[in-house]
Amino acid sequence: MGVMSVAIESDVCVIGGGLAGMTSALAAAETGASVRLLSHKKSTLRQASGLIDVLGYTPAGEIVAEPFEAMGSLPNHHLYQRVGSQAIHDGLALFDRVVGESYAGGHTSANALVPTYVGRIKPTARYPAMTAAGLASDRSPVLFVGFERLSAFDAPYVSASLSSDGMPAPTRGVTISAPGSHRPDTRLHRLVHALDANESVSTSTGEQPIRIALARRIESHLESAQRVGLPALLGLENAPNVRRDLEQFLGVDVFEVPMGPPSIPGQRLEHQFLDALDRAGVHRATGNPVVAFDADGDRIRRVFTDRNGSSVPYEATQFVLATGGLVGKGLDSDRTALTESVFDCHVPHPEDRTEWYGDNPHTDQPFARFGVSVDADLKPHDDSGSPEYDNLRAAGAILGGTDVTMELSASGNSLTSGVRAGRLAGERSN
Amino acid sequence: MDTKTEVLVIGGGSTGCGIARDLAMRGVAVTLVERGTLTDGTTGRMHGLLHSGGRYAVSDRESAAECISENRILREIASHCVEPTGGLFVSKPGDSEEYFERKLAGCSACDIPTELLSAEQARAIEPYLAHDIERAIRVPDAAIDPFRLCVANAAAAREHGARIETHAEVTDLLLDGDRVVGVEITHSNDNGMTGSTERIKATHVVNATGAWAGQIGAMAGVDIAVRPSKGAMTVMNCRQVDTVINRCRPKGDADIIVPHETACILGTTDVEVDDPDAFPETQWEVETMIETLSELVPILDEARTLRSFWGVRPLYEPPETKTSDPTDITRQFFLLDHADRDGLAGMTSIVGGKLTTYRLMAERISDHVCDRIGVDGVCRTADVALPGSENPMHLQEAMESFELRSPIARRSVQRLGSRSSSVLSTSDPNPVICSCEAVTRAELEDAITEVGTDLNAVRIRTRASMGNCQGCFCAHRMAALLHPDHTVETVRTSLEALYEERWRGQRHALWGEQLSQAMLTRYLHATTMNRAQSQTESSPTVAFERFDGGDERGD
Repeated sequence: MGVMSVAIESDVCVIGGGLAGMTSALAAAETGASVRLLSHKKSTLRQASGLIDVLGYTPAGEIVAEPFEAMGSLPNHHLYQRVGSQAIHDGLALFDRVVGESYAGGHTSANALVPTYVGRIKPTARYPAMTAAGLASDRSPVLFVGFERLSAFDAPYVSASLSSDGMPAPTRGVTISAPGSHRPDTRLHRLVHALDANESVSTSTGEQPIRIALARRIESHLESAQRVGLPALLGLENAPNVRRDLEQFLGVDVFEVPMGPPSIPGQRLEHQFLDALDRAGVHRATGNPVVAFDADGDRIRRVFTDRNGSSVPYEATQFVLATGGLVGKGLDSDRTALTESVFDCHVPHPEDRTEWYGDNPHTDQPFARFGVSVDADLKPHDDSGSPEYDNLRAAGAILGGTDVTMELSASGNSLTSGVRAGRLAGERSN
Repeated sequence: MDTKTEVLVIGGGSTGCGIARDLAMRGVAVTLVERGTLTDGTTGRMHGLLHSGGRYAVSDRESAAECISENRILREIASHCVEPTGGLFVSKPGDSEEYFERKLAGCSACDIPTELLSAEQARAIEPYLAHDIERAIRVPDAAIDPFRLCVANAAAAREHGARIETHAEVTDLLLDGDRVVGVEITHSNDNGMTGSTERIKATHVVNATGAWAGQIGAMAGVDIAVRPSKGAMTVMNCRQVDTVINRCRPKGDADIIVPHETACILGTTDVEVDDPDAFPETQWEVETMIETLSELVPILDEARTLRSFWGVRPLYEPPETKTSDPTDITRQFFLLDHADRDGLAGMTSIVGGKLTTYRLMAERISDHVCDRIGVDGVCRTADVALPGSENPMHLQEAMESFELRSPIARRSVQRLGSRSSSVLSTSDPNPVICSCEAVTRAELEDAITEVGTDLNAVRIRTRASMGNCQGCFCAHRMAALLHPDHTVETVRTSLEALYEERWRGQRHALWGEQLSQAMLTRYLHATTMNRAQSQTESSPTVAFERFDGGDERGD
């Protein structure tokens, strides 16, 4: 493999382009450091709902209304306990700066309750403005609208399930055929782009802009509904306009229910973060994995990406590891062991693979807590408790010790650790 | 509740369903009861090999001859359940040459067609075979879908008037002196009969419960010393081979790879267990299979594993035989007439045997039972096609008439056979619900109509949730199809049962890609859907007023 001789230099090098990596890069840039962000694959934000959960459940399984009041229920080793609530506020503040008016929830410290696409109610700290009219605590009547070919969102079932969970608003659900689709198995994501561009579609009453055609199909089902909930595919770039047009035609509020992958709200959020990175002057290199690194004693000097077989060196004073967990592939595993994929940091895990999992898929799973262990400065530790490297910090899903999927705290963990790791890296790089 | 039948069959596996079909076709009134769903026992937990007989050609020529004969019959009557993959017996350096020759001779003696292949010829057929293989014997092994086969037998029995009652566990045998006169069952299905008991009087009872036969026998005080033996099977995420690959050596663990639908199944181990419902699923079995079979097909070592599952062989030998090693116990089947054997009239048990010869076993039992109850019926099961296999539908026709794109239509028609037309003819949109296995809504709704809210029964009929994602992207969609015919509570309960069953097998494949998949599934179901916490919430009432009431919106 050829090696480029002149290394690309920056003060801080962040590895990983998910929520934690992008947050780290922005936080580091805010300290005045020059920042390089290396990302390999498409961001895992595309798989996330776009909701920003900070803490939804206590370890005892109680739903959390006030996340900052519930921090005391967390164990001492929890990230939130280690870094303190100011760091959580800092993470949310950075997020709020990035997303501006496109998200809601920052007006209160309380969690909001948002309907999920299988009809459960979920506590979250920040939600897209596109979803704001859908809060489950609101008492105004809702009509959920699904599409015939989109089996992931069954509107009549979502409505019945939310009612059974005690949602106070009267709800109904109907399934309609989406305007403008042609082939019987066309992917619904064509609809996202058609709504973005407000394409003209043919209907029984002639050619119409698709937003109007959709609104007309919903209109006859409205009855007394004061809000209409649709699966989250109301456009990518022009989503606010799609919603405004639907609301104007229907005369009621319209909201989106966040969906599973590929998540449109997740993609919108990714775009906003990428814009913020560009504005902050963060240099991005995308599409190539970090495959090797040079260390000098307890300091990492540079990392190498593999670009079509040639090795590209990136030199920095400080590094942030934000490569994700098992999903983002920051952790690798085979039948015998679990490893951290870039620096081979220590990842505590049982030697016996039968201890990686439990019997009930919905309760305790050791593998969900796999990740590197860190100190309060977020430096990964080796098995004796000393930092692996003096200039390496970790953020996001690569951190171990907590099952964020059960707590509903994944985004909060990424923002909190991202802002702290990025800020410390920026400050120490000068 | 009391009901009556002529013959009551206990056990909804391949043998029980085969007996029900056979007797019903002879005009006998049959009721079949199964404690879970069809195939829940051993039938649904095997590697899906339709034996050519080659496996037994050295050790047990009688079994080998039965296998090749039944193999030929099933290709005709169950064509929509069989994929004629062919099979290879492959030898590696160090494997006995003498055994290889005896295999060839044995096949020849049992009328099993063979072709001797050089290493190059074998690798031309299966390019992923190891470079050091020495030679191979080609035999007419095939892959068979045990679920589809079993369900088709039950459907045929029902067409001929049989009653098939699943989720109905036998809780007692009804005795009149030294005669069995029926059974008592307890219902656990979802048609409003849950918890109720029913006494079914019968002229004759057939105990076709395989590894569980001893438990039924004990209810009447007879000893049926089944020796259940567990075997592990590991499912790979794709077809590394398209031919059944056997290691050509005497008995041993981990010596077969069966291509099956979109996957390959590695088998197996052989360890005697005490209780067929509770035995350890151990990691060494999975490791052994991957490591040993990688000697034949090296890429298996690095390949993605979806899950592992265990089945229990209903091995039996006459009590005086006392074989110590379960791998030495015969694979023959035994008909136990309890009148002759134990002085208990009115009941016959069938133990031992294997899926490939299920029809023959059913024929022998049915002959015996007809003799006992004085019915003159002739077995016709070898000559009449099973439902779905009567009239293989042309693929092109299916694609055009159902407006499905080619891969989806192909998969649907493979599964449904000649039922394709009636199942897929729908004027409603027919989206794909399970993308991994290309299962459409119409196919799932057809299965739900047939079996109700048991999504695992729907799964085995359609293969939905059996692919790479193991239900991550489709389990909830399948469950939602139950609404509005069923309540939210039923949808949730059914979803949990499917989700837990999928988890049970996946646990044994949690490394590499499948561990990533499991974590993604967890994020999606626990976090994005919030299914985990709301499921276990002790108090369902949320204090809505304590949460964010929304910001004032300016528009």
